[in-house]
Amino acid sequence: MASSIPTTREAVIIGGNRIPFSRAGKKYVRTSNQDMFTAALEGLVARFGLQGELLGEVVGGAVLKNSRNFNLIRESVLGSSLAPATPAYDLQQACGTGLEAAIAVTNKIKLGQIESAVAGGTDTISDAPIAVGDNLRRALLQASHARSTGDRIKALLPVLGHPKWLAPETPDTGEPRTGLSMGEHQALTTAKWGISREAQDEIALKSHQNLHRAWEEGFFDDLVTPFRGLSRDDNVRGDTSAEKLAKLKPVFGKSLTGDDGAPLPATMTAGNSTPLTDGASAVLFSSRDWAEERDLPVLAKFVDAETAGVDFVHGHEGLLMAPAAAVPRLLTRNGLTLEDIDFFEIHEAFASTVLTTLAAWEDEDYCRDELGLPGAFGKVDRSRLNVNGSSLAAGHPFAATGGRIVATAAKLVHAKAAETGSPARALISVCAAGGLGVTALVESA
Amino acid sequence: MTDSYTRFANGGFKPLVKKLGLPQPAILRRYKAGSPLTVGPVLVVSDDASAADGDAVAKVLAGWDLDVRRSADLAEGEKLGAVVLVLSGATHPEDVSAAVLTVGGTLRKLAGNGRVVAVSRAPEDGDAPALAATRAGVEGLVRSLGKELRGGSTANGVQLTDGAAVDSVSAVATLRFFLSAKSAYVDGQILPVGPSDASGQIDWDQPLAGKVAVVTGAARGIGAAIARTMARDGAKVVVVDVPPAGEALSAVANSVNGVALQLDVTADDAADKILAAAKPLGGLDILVHNAGITRDKLLANMKADRWDSVIAVNLASQLRINERLLEAGVEGLRIVSLASTSGIAGNKGQTNYGYSKAGVIGHTAATAPLVAAAGGTANAVAPGFIETEMTARIPFATRSVARMLPSLAQGGEPVDIAEAICFLASDPAAGVNGRTLRVCGQHLVGK
Repeated sequence: MASSIPTTREAVIIGGNRIPFSRAGKKYVRTSNQDMFTAALEGLVARFGLQGELLGEVVGGAVLKNSRNFNLIRESVLGSSLAPATPAYDLQQACGTGLEAAIAVTNKIKLGQIESAVAGGTDTISDAPIAVGDNLRRALLQASHARSTGDRIKALLPVLGHPKWLAPETPDTGEPRTGLSMGEHQALTTAKWGISREAQDEIALKSHQNLHRAWEEGFFDDLVTPFRGLSRDDNVRGDTSAEKLAKLKPVFGKSLTGDDGAPLPATMTAGNSTPLTDGASAVLFSSRDWAEERDLPVLAKFVDAETAGVDFVHGHEGLLMAPAAAVPRLLTRNGLTLEDIDFFEIHEAFASTVLTTLAAWEDEDYCRDELGLPGAFGKVDRSRLNVNGSSLAAGHPFAATGGRIVATAAKLVHAKAAETGSPARALISVCAAGGLGVTALVESA
Repeated sequence: MTDSYTRFANGGFKPLVKKLGLPQPAILRRYKAGSPLTVGPVLVVSDDASAADGDAVAKVLAGWDLDVRRSADLAEGEKLGAVVLVLSGATHPEDVSAAVLTVGGTLRKLAGNGRVVAVSRAPEDGDAPALAATRAGVEGLVRSLGKELRGGSTANGVQLTDGAAVDSVSAVATLRFFLSAKSAYVDGQILPVGPSDASGQIDWDQPLAGKVAVVTGAARGIGAAIARTMARDGAKVVVVDVPPAGEALSAVANSVNGVALQLDVTADDAADKILAAAKPLGGLDILVHNAGITRDKLLANMKADRWDSVIAVNLASQLRINERLLEAGVEGLRIVSLASTSGIAGNKGQTNYGYSKAGVIGHTAATAPLVAAAGGTANAVAPGFIETEMTARIPFATRSVARMLPSLAQGGEPVDIAEAICFLASDPAAGVNGRTLRVCGQHLVGK
């Protein structure tokens, strides 16, 4: 450990629970974020016998929220079997929400402010908010502030003249500052790094095969609790193949051109991009003492974390490239290199996100010029990458992904350490909208 | 829930049902914390040779604040809650007639949901023929009387073995179970009870206080009822079911302040997972092998997967888990396995299920001495027709007939199975080992 990290006590991971992730518009159509997060919490409570337990804190969030979800996590706690006195708050950092929640609670545990906590997240596309346009919204607000019926009618009159104002605004995953969707942003990065269609499809294929195998092996028996009749992630396809993936038509980057003005091949398909998904996850953290007092299993330590941001607005860097900057800082601070990592859990927003990140770390110029490193950061051993699948197969309910990965990583390092007798480490990397990257280091306990 | 015919037969149509000679199932009285042990005074009757044992039993009953009578004379209109017939000292069949006929004279004064419990000794190797006949005869008496009683009343027998005293802990606990509303659906059964080391103050309201119990197949039905009843009796519970049943399982766990373990009991490492899950709660004390499946087919049409999966879940998993737990040397382990009346009387279309459930009865008897070495017991409970989601899928006519067959003329509730299991798993029942207790409302056929 580098001496620059102040000495604090450990925050450990006891275990996790999530509901199966489901493709948008399928099993969880009539299910809210609060329903899903409460279910994830209830499964966690049942797994570890936490009924009536007063936890230090429950932290999580959702990226897409209805206005009634203003106190989503607290409301979920109140609807759970945890002690109602357990405090909670919402947090939001786009797709980094779940992992950032883990960082927030583990820091409090490390500082001795709390003994135990749950971090997680939830997201639903199926129950996403639909807003009214600004013109209608202003008219409605003005009417609600009006003191007389006359004023109220006056406020609402303009709506009659503008029927178009009644059209709802559906949620948009586009970047507010560029207007580009995440896929189009990533298509730029993919093209910049010259990532091939085949390489992306291979990542997608591995993700499905690995996740399917993990399900078959029972890896998720103590990580997932069925919900609403769904007992497995419904996006995973164990029978997909390179041929099937190769048949899919590109959906992003269809009008890109090279420096010479010639069109570039579009490589990103629905197969190598994550589908919109519903789901929720929760992870139980504590001090070592708290776990030992209750004789609860300790899977891993949540060692350290690092976040980064990049300037994608002016086109200097790719939207989803921030983890490339965060990870070297994280590992260097902990005296580690990529070779010291046993499991790389790199969130697959798109197959090419993983590949451009790996390519960046292998690129000497990039590492020197952009990351300020003396040379290339290093090469990731592909056999250690997302060994039990990732978001391409599981799906990606934005805020729920962090919890999925943390619990999986903790179980992986625990099993590996038990098998080899020496410590095992996992690196977690999650890219997020707004040019953000959230990364963390987990080590067997 | 009481079935619709029982509700009908106890509603405004009760006189009509009686006049037409239709079955008259009673609303069975079930255990509620704080309610009296019996529905009225308890009469203790003994033959001359059992007078001292009769006194000892009466003394125990008086200690439970029961209104204990030694004479069959009742006030005008008074009803008895229970009759205990003590024949433990009888040595010749001709000795028992006075006591038995005295009991007969009281039956019209037995209240609804009343109890008749015989206390006798089991025939043993070396018994003289007359003694053996005296002892064996009690079983025929109890089973026949069970079929005669009305109004939800039952007849059962405590059968002392190996010189156990009538007021020894396990004999007393078994007598109490039969007298109580906890045995509502147990009828016509003889339970052999041996001596036990169990001692100390018995908390009859929380007989499982401080125990850690693991219940398999606990997401719904009988398993969920077992978990809830175990928790009611003071145990900390780990509920186990296959991963796809996890949603219901976690709801059960949270309702009993327990722990949910998503596990296929046929997995090789099931026993180790069970031990690990019980450890944080204080370590395994009680294991209830409840997980079971049916894959009915006539044997002529039986495919290998249907036969094999039933054997794997209902029988082989129990054997594998027990073996591993014995290896691990769990002290004082109390095992209760679910058998079935199908394993006793047989059932058309259930050769696989019947084999597995008869097998459970077999391995329970064989496991008993093995666990006894470490202070444990292994017993089984054989349910008859129980009202569950599973039996609700049986066609209406078949289901209705199945309900009418037992002496109690109705199906049992999951809680009836749970009560029997909690009794067998409790410390005071330590003298009951290797036995299969039927909870079947006295099913028409089978021993």
